[in-house]
Amino acid sequence: MKTDSVLEKILTSGQLAVTSEVGPPRGTDPEAVKKKGELLRGVVDVVNVTDNQTAMVRMSSMAACAHLKQLGLHPMLQMVTRDRNRLAMQADILGAYSHGIDNMLCLSGDHPKFGDHPMAANVHDLDSVQFLRMVKDMRDEGKFQGGDEITDPPKMFIGAAANPFADPFELRVARLAKKSAAGADFVQTQCIYNIPKFKEWMKGVCARGLHKEIYVLAGITPMKSVGMARYMKNKVPGMDVPADIIKRMAGVEKKKAAAEGITMAVEMIQELKEVEGVAGFHIMAIEWERKVPEIVERAGLLPRPSV
Amino acid sequence: MSEPTPQFEPVIVAFCCHYCAYTAADQAGAQRLSYPANVKIVRVPCSGKVDALHLLRAFEKGADGVYVAGCLEGDCHFNNGNTRAARRVTQVQKLIEEIGIEKERIEMVLMSAGMGDRFAEVATEITEKIRALGPSPIRGGKPAPARAQTKASAKAAK
Amino acid sequence: MITAERKPLEEIVESVASFDRILLVGCNECVTVCAAGGRKEVGLLASALNMTFLKGGKSVQITEHTLERQCDPEYVEELSQLVGGADAILSMACGAGVQELARRYKDKPVLPALNTMFMGASERAGVWSERCAGCGNCVLGITGGICPIARCSKRIMNGPCGGSTNGKCEISDDVDCAWHLIWERLKALGQTDLYEVNMDAKDWRPAGGAGPRTIVREDLAE
Repeated sequence: MKTDSVLEKILTSGQLAVTSEVGPPRGTDPEAVKKKGELLRGVVDVVNVTDNQTAMVRMSSMAACAHLKQLGLHPMLQMVTRDRNRLAMQADILGAYSHGIDNMLCLSGDHPKFGDHPMAANVHDLDSVQFLRMVKDMRDEGKFQGGDEITDPPKMFIGAAANPFADPFELRVARLAKKSAAGADFVQTQCIYNIPKFKEWMKGVCARGLHKEIYVLAGITPMKSVGMARYMKNKVPGMDVPADIIKRMAGVEKKKAAAEGITMAVEMIQELKEVEGVAGFHIMAIEWERKVPEIVERAGLLPRPSV
Repeated sequence: MSEPTPQFEPVIVAFCCHYCAYTAADQAGAQRLSYPANVKIVRVPCSGKVDALHLLRAFEKGADGVYVAGCLEGDCHFNNGNTRAARRVTQVQKLIEEIGIEKERIEMVLMSAGMGDRFAEVATEITEKIRALGPSPIRGGKPAPARAQTKASAKAAK
Repeated sequence: MITAERKPLEEIVESVASFDRILLVGCNECVTVCAAGGRKEVGLLASALNMTFLKGGKSVQITEHTLERQCDPEYVEELSQLVGGADAILSMACGAGVQELARRYKDKPVLPALNTMFMGASERAGVWSERCAGCGNCVLGITGGICPIARCSKRIMNGPCGGSTNGKCEISDDVDCAWHLIWERLKALGQTDLYEVNMDAKDWRPAGGAGPRTIVREDLAE
């Protein structure tokens, strides 16, 4: 074991892992985080906490992670390269680990153009691949990015994001290989709606033997309505929502659309469980955390293993 | 800005392409079609030869209205001088708006050499339009003073 | 070239409002090529300023002069005869030119008429785009001749990110994804193996992180 992470233990044991995420509030109330966290207790293994998602200011991921940690949950610190240089990133990693946070997800982040501070400086001192390498070297070499030794290095279980659907598609396996080589232990994918394309990507991942080097958690986001499906298709960068998904959502009564979305998510998980190289699921129920238990249960992923 | 008055006689500068509008003006004369004397014609070898600077200077020197008359679409003697001129007119419209001059005071018109009647019609229309707008806000009736300019060879002078 | 755009006329007018004699100085180099501050643009701005002041009932003397190169002391010297007759200098050069005038003519206010934009190239007539960020450590040799620092919206050195769609950047359909271009070019060159090599975290010191940069050529420096 590289770390004390629960997620690492479950994945190493060969069982399917389940993660989910919460978005911190746009204010100072800790209850907002704790409430969302409680909904996920015993249902998922680790809870991602987003970092200024969609480039909107929110309570810091580290502070929200600390709130969840105090509840006895296992949070995952998300961090984007957009908002911090390498000094601030490393300082926060030390701080997070000092709170017992031992999972993290290394991202570049949405462009500020999409957020509430489009006028902000775009830091990007590192990119996500360089970021992964830095966290790995902190853990395995006990060294800061600048080369100095760290007293009591942080032992983070290191995650990356992958979007199998972004262009150019032919590059997407190679990009995962780059992240794996840089130090990612696991990867959480973009929301999957185009299953054939995801399978094609996974085939490429396995053909390169990458599934033996990096755990792939398949990203699942239940659709609430046909409006959401259309929005995801048209407005969210890098999202691939095939026409039949929109057709299916449009085909049910408005009242029943949410239930249909949940069912669709469950079916997707069941189908993806059988795909070689899929090591677990990352369920991103955006402002819909209360539905995660139902999805996890119906998908046959309960009870969660105790490790 | 002054109220338009019946006595107001605007000064209008028309940059006319030699191959079309200028010849059309001749035709108008030959056909004894009358058009307002307010329009002062500047003959140019092609409307594309008219620079933004010429247009701006016309206003600076006291014009109340300016137009560029080029060949019909596809008929430019030099391929695309007329479309280039139209883009410059648009650019100058933006610039004069920044200065505080109504963009309606400048426009691009197209005609062929045989359109003496159209030449007279356009000249009349534009004169009436500018008359309604009143004097150019920058001149208040007075011509603009000359500006100081240095020669490019100031280095040699030194 | 260094590209620039004229500031809004209103901003320029406000900056020179307290002066009666203005020396308006253009530059024959980059800003002439990108149609922002050459002899022609000097003429247009002089005319526009003149009309703006006339409109306000004010008479201002504007002297136009365009230098061969405003960022070079040798050419800036040429203004010494004219500066005495001006209350302020309005520069239509890039920021380097403005500062060179300010350095040479210490007792005259020097005001910028342009916003300096980026180091770029002409895509087609009337369109310029950013190409180089002047980072001091060129990687174009391994990125297919396309710069990820200057042309990726997140300056990702191991791209593309997950926001690339149909060759376009997530920020706009009008912006090419630099990494898509890099990948296509590497394929065309038969150099896709270069993509697999992770680029290390960048040392930003040569890019300005170590403070203002100076180049000294011992053989030329006096």
